[in-house]
Amino acid sequence: MSGASIELRNLVFSYDETRMEFDLSVPASSVIAIMGPSGSGKTTLLNLIAGFEKPGCGKVLIDGGDVTGLEPAERPVSMVFQENNLFAHLTVEDNVGLGRSPSLRLTDADRADIARALGQTGLAGKERRLPSELSGGERQRVALSRVLVRDRPVLLLDEPFASLGPALRREMLALVRQLHFDHGMTILMVTHHPEDAQLIADRIAFIEAGRIVAFEDTTTMFSRAAPDAFRAYIGA
Amino acid sequence: MGVYRDSRVLAGIAGLAAVGLLIGGAFAGLISEALDDWSGAASAFDSYLFRITRFTLWQALLSTLLSVAPAILVARALARHPVFWGRSFILRLFALPLAVPAIVASLGILALLGRAGIFADALAWLTGEPWQGIYGLSGILVAHVFFNLPLATRFLLHALETVPTDQWRLAAQLGMGPRTTFRLIEWPVMRAALPGVAGLIFMLCITSFTIVLTLGGGPRATTLEVAIYQALRFDFDPARAVALTALQIALTVVVVILLVRAGADMVADANMPVARRRPNMARGPETFFNALVILVALAFVAGPFVSTIISGVQADLVRLASDPAVHRATLTSLGLAFIAAALSLLLSLSLTMARSAMERSRGRTASPSFLERLFDTGAGFVLVVPPVVVGAGWFILLIDSGSVFSVAPVMVVTVNAVMAMPFAIRAIRPAWDGAAERHDRLCASLGISGVNRLRLIDWPSIRRPAFTAFAFAMALSLGDLGVIALFGSDEVKTLPYLLFERMGSYRTADAAGIALFLGIVCLALMMLVDRTRRSA
Repeated sequence: MSGASIELRNLVFSYDETRMEFDLSVPASSVIAIMGPSGSGKTTLLNLIAGFEKPGCGKVLIDGGDVTGLEPAERPVSMVFQENNLFAHLTVEDNVGLGRSPSLRLTDADRADIARALGQTGLAGKERRLPSELSGGERQRVALSRVLVRDRPVLLLDEPFASLGPALRREMLALVRQLHFDHGMTILMVTHHPEDAQLIADRIAFIEAGRIVAFEDTTTMFSRAAPDAFRAYIGA
Repeated sequence: MGVYRDSRVLAGIAGLAAVGLLIGGAFAGLISEALDDWSGAASAFDSYLFRITRFTLWQALLSTLLSVAPAILVARALARHPVFWGRSFILRLFALPLAVPAIVASLGILALLGRAGIFADALAWLTGEPWQGIYGLSGILVAHVFFNLPLATRFLLHALETVPTDQWRLAAQLGMGPRTTFRLIEWPVMRAALPGVAGLIFMLCITSFTIVLTLGGGPRATTLEVAIYQALRFDFDPARAVALTALQIALTVVVVILLVRAGADMVADANMPVARRRPNMARGPETFFNALVILVALAFVAGPFVSTIISGVQADLVRLASDPAVHRATLTSLGLAFIAAALSLLLSLSLTMARSAMERSRGRTASPSFLERLFDTGAGFVLVVPPVVVGAGWFILLIDSGSVFSVAPVMVVTVNAVMAMPFAIRAIRPAWDGAAERHDRLCASLGISGVNRLRLIDWPSIRRPAFTAFAFAMALSLGDLGVIALFGSDEVKTLPYLLFERMGSYRTADAAGIALFLGIVCLALMMLVDRTRRSA
């Protein structure tokens, strides 16, 4: 697995009275933190890239190819949500296996890949457990294992660790950083925590009222040179 | 529109078409007869028909009043004593009449209050003359109250339990007495629920067939539904049946419109209200009064159960158990009810999945399309056309073909399947919608769709409620007498039909034995439902 570039060209999405417009160019294999107030459009941005929402006009390009008309499963994208990443009635192994085959028809090679992915995320030995028998952090590790098995060049993280405690959250971010180091996928992560961004992001996209108002290096964003709106948002 | 290519929506359209075919065929029969014999149908609107209509409305009105007014007291008493020994038993008992076939309850009431009933001597001594048995209006009312008092109680108790615990605490802290609490807290929430509860019960009573057939006496205590049956089975007067059916449909339509306006809940379900922790409110004399109310209601509801058991075990059960007619009827009943339940589940699933798929594919703010609305409420409106009406339509349609009695199994299966749909949908829809809410995005991103999705994701999520729906539908069709009364013959007899036959030929002990058996089978199904629901 290696990363792919992402480009949003004049992407317009509207519902009710809200109108969002996104222009963004993300280099391959970079890690981007997406920050901004509630309701500003962070999740919508990820949904547009993943294909859960269809834009009114504009284009989504991944690795230079136009994916705007593709269904979510056809895009070279994996996404991890804040919750409901797992099917409660399926074992850890089956949940991960769905990343390889949507009908769960798995070959021996597939099973070996699943075992390896579970090993990488520290879940070895928990293959037969049900999600209800796992902690919140472990459940998100299962979701990350599936990301590895799916082997797509873009990973979207929609506040996946928001409900975890501080220590566990840092641990999970370290895992994401390790997976990025090993596989090099392009990562877009929505977060409310400045320290998350500082920990793993190369750059920060700051969204306000449906627009990306700043897109700079993490170091720049946490310096005095950052835009005033962002400084006000993080309380600097 | 891409959504019409979704296999779930296609399944829903197929389901709706099947329901439409059943109802449409019935209407076709009625309309063609009306066109053939226009003057016959028109001349059926005579004073007799007027009297039947008046009686239909009158007994329904009285039944509703007699069910709802005491239910207010009972629900309040239960709500004010959230913890006492036997409370959950009472609530479970109050859910049982839903599962008891009407003919079994009728027999239970006759065993209690009939001419040779358990209370006959006591009643003769009280009235000072030989007890004539409870037939006619009084019998109908007792049976309707037996079914609907517990139903109303559970609805009203449910309403009372929506009052937040803190409000009860506040009432206690402010020193509100029972009267003030009733006026300021309890009555307002019950009043809001009353139109719906009363409407539902009124609706159940104007479409009540079996109870009126078995407990109503002669032309003076006959409702439209029973008159339809008599017109077809005894008088061979389809023109009159058409007139009666038209009137019955008009009545139910008016009631349903009023109900929908009142925001009523059209489907009774077997859910038990769960008491939350809250203080025991009542003190001293009020406790005594409440205990009395609860005991009287308990005796009233438990009575027919007890008498069914007592008179059932007195029957010659050994002979009945070796009676080939009973064997045949049992096999027929179980077979038809099983197929009806499976069909009902299939149709309900198709409508539920189609509605959910359409709701989730349209924008958050777009309003639902006509088709989606049909998936949503279509099944609820089968309540407008009671089983006997659908049966009557098809009976008239097929009467000339000479195959009326050979279609009996098909009619019993399809009509009962469709009639159970509102209940089945109510059981599976929350689980289905909840699963869709949790799984849709994930399935889209992993490319899980079609049969894979049904097999791996959707079915495991709704297996339990589907089982509930199946068992409930099966209990409903096991106990049905409406369709089989029209189509039954020596060739095809179900247990309720056999029971009705033995009742009619005064083999009361046989009837009691069969009633006990039928009641036990239906209750066993409901207990299975209850257990799977609680272990879920």
